[in-house]
Parts: sequence; C-alpha cells; structure tokens
Amino acid sequence: MDFFGIPAPLLFGQLLLGLINGAFYALLSLGLAVIFGMLNVINFTHGAQFMMGAFAAWMLLNFFGIGYWGALLLAPIIVGITGIILERLMIAKLYKLDHLYGLLLTFGIGLIIEGLFRNEFGSSGMPYRIPAELQGAWDLGFMFMPVYRGWVVVVAFFACLATWLVIEKTKIGSYLRAATENPALVQAFGINVPRMMTLTYGAGVALAAFAGVLAAPIYSVNPQMGSNLIIIVFAVVVIGGMGSILGSVLTGFGLGVIEGLTKVFYPEASSTVIFVVMAIVLLARPAGLFGRA
Amino acid sequence: MAEPMLSVKGLEAWYGESHVLHGVDIHINQGEVITLLGRNGAGKTSTLRAIMGLTGRRSGSIKFNGTELVAARSDIIARAGIAYCPEERGIFASLDVTENLMLPPQIAPGGMSVEEIYTLFPNLKERARSQGTKLSGGEQQMLAIGRILRTGAKLLLLDEPSEGLAPVIVQQIGVTIRELKKRGFTVLLVEQNFRFAQTVADRHYVMDHGVVVDHVANHELAASMERLHKYLGV
Repeated sequence: MDFFGIPAPLLFGQLLLGLINGAFYALLSLGLAVIFGMLNVINFTHGAQFMMGAFAAWMLLNFFGIGYWGALLLAPIIVGITGIILERLMIAKLYKLDHLYGLLLTFGIGLIIEGLFRNEFGSSGMPYRIPAELQGAWDLGFMFMPVYRGWVVVVAFFACLATWLVIEKTKIGSYLRAATENPALVQAFGINVPRMMTLTYGAGVALAAFAGVLAAPIYSVNPQMGSNLIIIVFAVVVIGGMGSILGSVLTGFGLGVIEGLTKVFYPEASSTVIFVVMAIVLLARPAGLFGRA
Repeated sequence: MAEPMLSVKGLEAWYGESHVLHGVDIHINQGEVITLLGRNGAGKTSTLRAIMGLTGRRSGSIKFNGTELVAARSDIIARAGIAYCPEERGIFASLDVTENLMLPPQIAPGGMSVEEIYTLFPNLKERARSQGTKLSGGEQQMLAIGRILRTGAKLLLLDEPSEGLAPVIVQQIGVTIRELKKRGFTVLLVEQNFRFAQTVADRHYVMDHGVVVDHVANHELAASMERLHKYLGV
C-alpha cells in the first residue's frame, strides 16, 4: 500500500512520531500558556522543569524503588513544589517590573538547574524502562504501533482536555480567566490573587514535570532533554498565540504532525519547518493563530 | 450616636510618585446613601480606590466597623465587608453573564440570592449565557452592581453608575439604589450628575484637589446651590 509513492508503514510511522512529539509540544506549551496568562511571565525554566520531571521519575525508581505509575503521580507534585518555592522566593518579586526581568530570571534559573544536573549525572543520559504493562506493540495491519507511544498520545490528549475543562468550566477556572484580564479587581472581590498566582505557577510546572515522566521511557533521561525541546515549544506558543489555552493544544499536536509529514516528504526541512511556519504566522497574524490581538 | 460604619480620617494616597489624596475625612453611618461630588480629577474615584486598597501607598485611617484597614490588602478589605463597582464596570470578556455574576465569592451571610438579583435586573436573566462584554452599557452596569449584591458585603462603593447611560436607564439605576437602601445596604456613590445624586442620597461630600471641601445634607442641597456651583464649576 503506497501513498504518493511513500510506503504506508513509513508514512504512518512518521505520523505517529509526529503525534508523539506533538503531544509533548502540546503539554509543554499548555503549561507555558497557563503561566503566561496568569503571571505575565514567559517561563524559560519550563524546559528544565520538564527535565526535572524525568529525573524525578528516574530517582524515585533508583533511590526509592517507586516505579512508573507512582512517578506519574509523585514527580509532578515534587517538581510542582519546587516551582512554588521558586515563585515565592524569586519570581513573585518581579511582577511589578518589566516582563523582561521575569524572562531573564527564569532563563538564568533554567541554565543553573541544567548545569547542576549535568555536574551530577553527566550528559550521556540514563535509560528508563517502559513499564511492563505498556511494553510490546500492536499490529495495526499497515504498521506496528508500540503500546507505550499510543499511551503517551492518549494520556497527553486527556491531560490537555482536563486542563481545558478546569479553566473553561469550573469556578476556579473563572477566577483564573478573570484574574488574567484584571487581577486588581479580582483581588478587590476578596480573592487572594498572589496565592492564586503561586498555585498557577506550581500547576504549570507540574504539567511540565508530568510530560517529563511520560518522556522518560522514550528519550533517555538526560540534562539537555528539556532545552532541546523547549525552543520548538516556544515557537509553538508563538504560532498558537501567547496565553491561548486551546491554541497551544491544537498548535502543539498540529505542528508535531506537520513536522512528521515533512520528515516523509522533504526530510531536509524537517528541523526547520516549524520555524518557517512561525515566520509566516508572525507576518500574517502577529498575535498568533488563536491569540487575541 | 453610634460609631459610624465607615470612618475615613486624614486619608492620603499616592499612585507611584503622584500624590492624589491630601487628607480626606468622611464618615458614613449604617444604612446611609452618601455621594462624593466634584469635578473631574477632584479625587472622588481615588477616594473609593484608596478605601478599597487599590491605590499605591496610603496613610491616615480607614476604620470599617471598628477595624483599621488603611494598611490592608484589597482582598482582606473585601472580606471585611466592602464591595466595589468600578467606573469602567470591570465586566470580564472571557466570562459569560452568569460567570460574571457568580465571580465575587460570598464573604458573609445575608447577601441577595441570584433570583432576587434577576428580579431587580430582569435583563440579566435573559442574557445569562452571553459573553459579559456583549451586553449593552446599561446591562453591563446592572451586572457590575448585581454581582456585588450576592456577596453579603454591607457597604457598596459605586463609581459613577449613571455615567454614559440613557436617561431611562439612569432612572432604573436610581430605583435600584433606593431599593438597596431599603434592604439595608449602605452606599458610597461617586457622582458627577447632580440631579441624579439628589434623587438617591442622604448627604453629599464635595471634593476638590484631593480633599473634602464641603458637606451638605440632601434637604439643604437646593439652598446651597450657589456655593456648590463654585466647586463644581458648572
């Protein structure tokens, strides 16, 4: 079976790979969007926090014997708490200044965290096994689909859906949306907005760590795994529209697929196609595809 | 006479470097409707915002039911029982009408029920699912007032609720404020519209250059017209 002269297994293999990358783009850009909407800070530590999630899973396994399923729950909580401490001690001091300071601070902290992990663990990377329940592959007839990869796409999709539901359909979400528009007035209604910002940052960071745990069995656990990914994720955020929840999810999955297809049809462009799309979107719609101008 | 519900003494406030209030003194008794009159830039809105904790640095004293609030954060002030309806109304575009209405958390028992608010403002019920900012100016004003009636706050700070509205809507807002007084709310109202203020208020403070320059009971208003025209510059 061929499509445009491309054998089906190759085409669908790359499509699946694209969807998986897209799942990580979506999860990470979603966290960035939530944080940016509420705090007005572009969280450049996000890649390092993704990496910390993977390392937390690795450490939980090797130091405490806690496996994948426990890590999926515990790693986001642990890394989220480090995010809360970081916000309280440092980021919160910068809200009254230009956004640039928050960006520089989080960028610097990201570099420091990465450096610390490289010192401690080296940069070669450590393996993390796929949990027994998710090993193997399904024969779909036209291709073999590794169970774990299917799992990642489905879980990422539901995590995005759950985040969207919380923000759009719940009371807490309405506080969040209102505070994104006019934090001073929301606080004047009796809501503790500074605490909300802290928890929002913690939740965004936890989402990055969650993605990190999902990624651990696919990529090797290494200190650079976040910085490799995060540059593309920032492009995704720019394309989707800064702060747009739905935009970041759709753009994340969509661009992953576009990247995968490019690998099939014109492999030379696969590492640049996202940035080409970004340039075109910036020229045509500077606020992004889903952003409010 | 009992202690006033709200007693503001020597209130000064700043926005960054700019000194906007220079020692404001007002007091409001339980159940009164009071207006702040004055020209644009006289410090009326700043007074409301300073009471609510929304300016920069403040000094002096703001005592509400005996509690000193001049150093408190705005969410603490709200939880003490003061609710604020800003001049620009502050309807949230990303929330629908019901979400806007339900946004301010309940801070004390005894607030109005949603049904009572819909009875007061029937338009809001019809538009419950509309995006907040898609409402007309009058409807947005009703929503902005309506949502602070639910919370159990007893003192309402309303900043120019009549501004930019058609006469028939202004009348409806007036009916609402008298109804709120009947229900036991205490209201501090900023107004430029003299005639409107006269139909709802018990007393008036006149502000100029960030201080209170005059104080008139509503029944003396007609007799004091000449004096007030000087401040209001009409």
